[in-house]
Amino acid sequence: MDNETLMLEHEQDEHYGLQHHFENQEQQKDASTIGMWTFLLTEIMFFGGLFLAYFIYRQWYPAAFAAASNNTDLWLGAANTTVLICSSLTMAMGVHAAALGKRTMLVLFLVLTLMLGGIFLGVKAYEYHDKWVKHEIPGAHFECRDEKGAPCADEQHTQLFFSLYFGMTGLHASHMIIGFGILLVLIVQSWQGKFTSGWHTPIEMFGLYWHFVDIVWIFLFPLLYLIDRSGRGLH
Amino acid sequence: MSGQGKTAAHGKHENHASHIVPVPVYLAVFATLIVLTWVTAYVSTVDLGPLNIYVALSIAVFKASLVVLFFMHVKYGTRLTKMIVGAGLFWLVLLLFLVMIDIWTRSWMGVPGR
Repeated sequence: MDNETLMLEHEQDEHYGLQHHFENQEQQKDASTIGMWTFLLTEIMFFGGLFLAYFIYRQWYPAAFAAASNNTDLWLGAANTTVLICSSLTMAMGVHAAALGKRTMLVLFLVLTLMLGGIFLGVKAYEYHDKWVKHEIPGAHFECRDEKGAPCADEQHTQLFFSLYFGMTGLHASHMIIGFGILLVLIVQSWQGKFTSGWHTPIEMFGLYWHFVDIVWIFLFPLLYLIDRSGRGLH
Repeated sequence: MSGQGKTAAHGKHENHASHIVPVPVYLAVFATLIVLTWVTAYVSTVDLGPLNIYVALSIAVFKASLVVLFFMHVKYGTRLTKMIVGAGLFWLVLLLFLVMIDIWTRSWMGVPGR
């Protein structure tokens, strides 16, 4: 029996994927959605603490934050944001394909999501390497230089910016790497025809996770890359 | 028990609507997100005085709302989902604003500890 026939067989069965402790598919899906959102709220508070630390230090050392932020690559950051938004679209389209029971399209969109996520992390790795070469990693050999080679304003406190930069983007990237692992499993399961239009909850829940990771980046981009780009506070 | 059955039937109806969000809606949201990304990157290079950060954060909040409502289906979700999302955001706002109000106002007073 090939996979398409298998999927069709599942389609006929309204109890496919239904755990015995749930009344019906809808009740089960509502429970999953609420559970997933509860998990995402803990994630929001987890990242929220870092955002709070960021806002406090930015308030205390505005010149250092402006100088350090100007050392990030604005257009590379914008391009990478675009890549991540594209991956959110392909993820949403994947959930859409799953809801329509289109197996091949589902696999295709999940693979696209994985590839776009890979491009994002590749660009991120390039940026990290660039910062390594420029000694912008906080520690004994740290230094912050503006485009003329002069020390950054309030150089000591620019380390705080870069600590938060690596902490926040690193935590974000680790979420994406965990996402890759889950995505690989989902791609295999989708290919095997495990999901139907009636039951594809894992795809939907992973979609929520992936979009959440996208939202974190939507805030990280302006906060880390876009401080005082007009150069007002620098001169 | 019959009441529960009714709720389930109602939930079923809502979920069927949520299952299929039309593709043009996704594409419109996507296009808006991309345009706003480049708008926010460009606007950051224009000197708006102290307004720069407010413009950047407003655009980010708007973009995040679009993702939550459409990509994450909260607009089409059950009331319980909406309440849970709202409650979570409320706590995040408490965390950020209550602390920042202290940080912002401390220097006005010249109080010890600052």
